[in-house]
Amino acid sequence: MRADVIVLGGGGAGCSAALHLARRGAAVVLLERGLVGSQASGVNHGGVRQQGRHPAEIPLAIRSRALWSRMEALCGSNAEFDPCGHLKLARSEGEEADLLRWNEMAAGHGLKTIMLGRNAIRGKHPYFSEKVVAGSLLAEDGSANPRLLAPALARAAREAGAILLEQHEVTAIQAGFRVEAAGRVFEAPILLNCAGFWGGKIAEIFGEPVPVYPLNPNMLVTEPLPFFCPHNLGVVGGDVYIRQIARGNVILGGGRGESDPAIPMSRPLPEPAFAAMARAAEIIPHLADSMIIRSWTGIDGGMPDALPVLGHSSTTPGLIHAFGFSGHGFMLGPAVGEILSELVLDGRSDVPLEAFDIGRFAGHTELEADVWKTRLE
Amino acid sequence: MSVVVVGAGPAGIRAVERLVAAGLRPVWIEEAPDAGGRVFQKPPPGFARSASVLYGADHARASALHAAHAALREHTDWRPGTMVWNIRPGPALLDVQGPDGGHESLGYERLILCTGAMDRVVPIPGWTQPGVTALGAAQIALKTQGLALGSRVALCGTGPLLLLLAWQLTKAGAPPALVLESADWPGMLRPGLAWNIPAALRGLGWMAGLRRAGVVVRRGAVPLSVAPGCEALVWRDRRGREQRTAVDAVALGWGLKPETQLADLAGARFAFDALQRLWLPARDPAGRCSVPGVYLAGDGASIGGSVVAELAGARAALALLEDAGLRPDPLESITLDRALAREARFRRALESAFPYPHALAAGMDDATLLCRCEAITAGEMRRSAAPELNRGKALTRVGMGRCQGRLCGPPAAEVLAAAMGCDIAEIGRLRGQMPVKPVVLR
Repeated sequence: MRADVIVLGGGGAGCSAALHLARRGAAVVLLERGLVGSQASGVNHGGVRQQGRHPAEIPLAIRSRALWSRMEALCGSNAEFDPCGHLKLARSEGEEADLLRWNEMAAGHGLKTIMLGRNAIRGKHPYFSEKVVAGSLLAEDGSANPRLLAPALARAAREAGAILLEQHEVTAIQAGFRVEAAGRVFEAPILLNCAGFWGGKIAEIFGEPVPVYPLNPNMLVTEPLPFFCPHNLGVVGGDVYIRQIARGNVILGGGRGESDPAIPMSRPLPEPAFAAMARAAEIIPHLADSMIIRSWTGIDGGMPDALPVLGHSSTTPGLIHAFGFSGHGFMLGPAVGEILSELVLDGRSDVPLEAFDIGRFAGHTELEADVWKTRLE
Repeated sequence: MSVVVVGAGPAGIRAVERLVAAGLRPVWIEEAPDAGGRVFQKPPPGFARSASVLYGADHARASALHAAHAALREHTDWRPGTMVWNIRPGPALLDVQGPDGGHESLGYERLILCTGAMDRVVPIPGWTQPGVTALGAAQIALKTQGLALGSRVALCGTGPLLLLLAWQLTKAGAPPALVLESADWPGMLRPGLAWNIPAALRGLGWMAGLRRAGVVVRRGAVPLSVAPGCEALVWRDRRGREQRTAVDAVALGWGLKPETQLADLAGARFAFDALQRLWLPARDPAGRCSVPGVYLAGDGASIGGSVVAELAGARAALALLEDAGLRPDPLESITLDRALAREARFRRALESAFPYPHALAAGMDDATLLCRCEAITAGEMRRSAAPELNRGKALTRVGMGRCQGRLCGPPAAEVLAAAMGCDIAEIGRLRGQMPVKPVVLR
């Protein structure tokens, strides 16, 4: 089968790329090993936040946030997007200073945050413990349901004429490009690598290996609790994140599960679950005795600097990478797909991508300091 | 060698008996406060009815099992009131919560899972109202505390448990107002039932007893809905006519469903059982699953009833001893294998005679609550058009609530498979994930 573009991977970015390319008339084939949205974009916390992003990622996040507002029009589902605000908490004076520093930087990008000091946060959110000393609210941020996004984008992409093939595991790739999957051959001059953790393997095939590792968010859900928490909650350093859905269940994450990407299989682990519960209860004491009814994890691609690989290949013309989103791909995926379509059809995008260049790991052995505390523990 | 046995019902007791006889001291975990399993659950302290009143014709076996447990417990690390909520096959660890709420991770070299079964239901409109319960739960209420649920109780379901409970209620002085058996003649007449003449005769005895007591038993009949306030049961008789009977309580249950979540977490391979219409952990006749060192026995592996559970528990323990090089008596294994094979033939006949009414499940109204924890209707599951059950769960939230699909999983599979026009086996099964039951993590 011949196409203009082959997309590898049916996560949020891949499905969005297929949708945007097909809408603009390109012949697209997307190959997905399992079902769309099975890994990183389907199994994360569901945060839709610009707050706390690395400065290099902020333009991408702003672009995607705008897209989230139009999600229903874009793909027929808003994926339960709720602009409920993202409240990032400081648990020490030092963390409070981190919040202020980030807010000042983000203001330069036009992001408006509201700083809540000790008294304000106690008054507005009496369920927090004394451990919480301050908070920063980015009111237009929010959350959505990860299980719904990629399937909705995929449905819209198919309606727009893209060919999305699930249960099509890629078995061979050659430059040019010629891709074999499920016993069939696909050919196209453009190849989009949206394969999450496995995107590293594809980069390696084309002679540009990167230090991507499997990132398994350890997620928990409580039984439904009386509603108390309007915002999506995070903390400086990101060791726990919490949100309450309309049914009352509290979704919280922190730490890592385990996985074997070769199978692929992944499963949550008890120790990080206990640790995340303890951290959650430290800031919201009444969560301590809530019943955990469910847990999950999946496989994302993590990068050492927690920034994705996004942009043209350094070795192979026609190959464009978009992987290693390090836990940020759910929020960013819709815009990443749109940007990929621009790179393919316009040869450029307005969003600066230099920081995401795949060449940044070549020759460097040490990372810059984690000034913005965006890296994962 | 560290051996853990999960469950102290008929299978677990007979398994531990063989292990202790071989000189082992297993860790023995039971979720309930005491041994016996649901089938021979003891009444709370202070309730003084005799075993023969509580367990009827099974009282000798019940007493023997309770006595065996009492003699065995001091030879084991006995942990009642303890729930296994996760298994990690890599490091071979069980995550457990004890009666005081404390947590612990227990290592195992070999593991016997005797996790028992739960009621298998078909959701009907009104099934989540107060007054509606499951057959097995109704039986436990009667057995342990002498409760009859109501004064006009309708029992709906199929198979031995339905008739037995009707008979037990009648004997206890609370005959049910109506008994609806979804199976019918002549399908109920299976030559294979002759593989266990005593059991077949006992069933006929219950039928005769109910007739003498004037209890209305309708065959080929299914419930359609429970009226608001649980004031009446609307049902369909064998000729397709809609009927209405005033009731004040309803118990529903079409056989049982193995509690396979722990086997799933332990890494057991599953295979589709066409007769039970369920994905069950694959095992050899002795109870070895696909994971070396992990054994499955009793209703938690495949529904067989308490007699089979006793045999299978003993056999799984012997398999463990064989695999560990402890050379148990081979004659006993052969005897057990023969008995189990005979019981399996009887069981197949029983499953054919009293099948799960899958058409009733597949055909439920769009508006019927399929998943009671998350309040999701059958129509929402159909509209998901998911190619597979876990995707259906992801798109609709069916099975995401407190029961984790233990209750709604099988009917959800029937609804989705029928909607997608595919075979029930192809729609798959809900994957297990920790915790298998709600747990406080602190």
